[in-house]
Amino acid sequence: MPSLDDLKKRIKSVKSTQKITKAMKMVAAAKLRKAQENAEKGRPYSQRMQNIILNLTKSINDPRNAPKLLIGSGKDQTHLCVVLTADRGLCGGFNSNICKLAKSKFKKIINAGKNLKIITVGLKGFDQIKREYGKFIIKKFSFKEKKQISYQEAEIIGKEIISLFNQNEFDICTLFYNNFKNVITQIPQAQQIIPAEIKSSDSKEENLYYEFEPEEDEILENLLPKNISTQVFKAFLENAASEQGSRMTAMDNATRNAGDLVDKLTINYNRSRQASITKELIEIISGAESL
Amino acid sequence: MTPEKFTVEIIAPTGLVLKSNVNEVVIPSYEGEMGILKNHIAIITFLRPGLIKIYNDSEEIFFVEDGTVEFAENTLLILTSTAKKLNEMDKISLNKHIKDAEKKILDEKINDKEKYSLSYKIETLKNINE
Repeated sequence: MPSLDDLKKRIKSVKSTQKITKAMKMVAAAKLRKAQENAEKGRPYSQRMQNIILNLTKSINDPRNAPKLLIGSGKDQTHLCVVLTADRGLCGGFNSNICKLAKSKFKKIINAGKNLKIITVGLKGFDQIKREYGKFIIKKFSFKEKKQISYQEAEIIGKEIISLFNQNEFDICTLFYNNFKNVITQIPQAQQIIPAEIKSSDSKEENLYYEFEPEEDEILENLLPKNISTQVFKAFLENAASEQGSRMTAMDNATRNAGDLVDKLTINYNRSRQASITKELIEIISGAESL
Repeated sequence: MTPEKFTVEIIAPTGLVLKSNVNEVVIPSYEGEMGILKNHIAIITFLRPGLIKIYNDSEEIFFVEDGTVEFAENTLLILTSTAKKLNEMDKISLNKHIKDAEKKILDEKINDKEKYSLSYKIETLKNINE
């Protein structure tokens, strides 16, 4: 049985932890609003770009001469996996969910006898992946010092991916990130960006005949690298919103749990205080009786 | 007769920059300036550094470094990460941009395409500066 003093100390410490988690939750909620707004604002850009690329690919006459970024190198021997995670922890299952998905993919790639290369973005992903797959990591990025990730950062990563591709370092590139659905649901996703996975989103066949200036291939060559950066940027935005959402939920839970714990400890404290009072009373009474 | 209006949208990765109904838009397309009016043929092209001029009852000018343009069904869509309103640019940063670009163009490693873009960038920026 812990002494009264011990219980008091524990209650105090749990309460101060609760204050911290509560504050973190509030901060996350404020940041979430902004991040969510950004993610939603950023969606049209990437969607429209996908649309244009789709229209372009439809009108390419000779697919064999299409840019490599679109059709791939024709092999699938070497996989490049870009894992985007947060730089900070304490956000529930956010980082581990991405890593779990990524690791299951790594396993598949290795079991199939293919080569694996990993780029990690964000400190937490690097920490989680290096234990098992450290030797496959070829590069790590972290933008911890940046308050808000802008398009420039996405471009840095996009350019890195493209230059690796041009050096024939890999054949297939996949992005791993959390897709922000709503505050409580974030879905870890694997998105293949090279060769471009282009799905015709709407079934209605628009047969618009476009004029191209300059030629289709030249536009595509200009557009595809941009598209990669755009996809990376989109992933960044989705990730930022997911991170805050995930942290908010996690901290909300932590605050609630701390409250429960304080209640339980308080009951314990009161019970043992009462017990010691009763004990003292009994001692006094039995002392008086023995006289 | 005033020309009929069509929609122009400028979208950056960080969100919508502009959406409005306009009379005419002039874009610095890669192979030359291009004026777009309503019922233009569907076209896809991309931009070199230059000025997007949007004519409505008043005139609005944006500076862009690159971007992609699609015109279809009377909507002009401009995707760019670099659009800046002309009257929001100040001289100090302009001069810095010009110097950077001039330094870059002397670099021998860059290819002809980059040189082409950079020369336009310098020209446009200098014109703004005057």
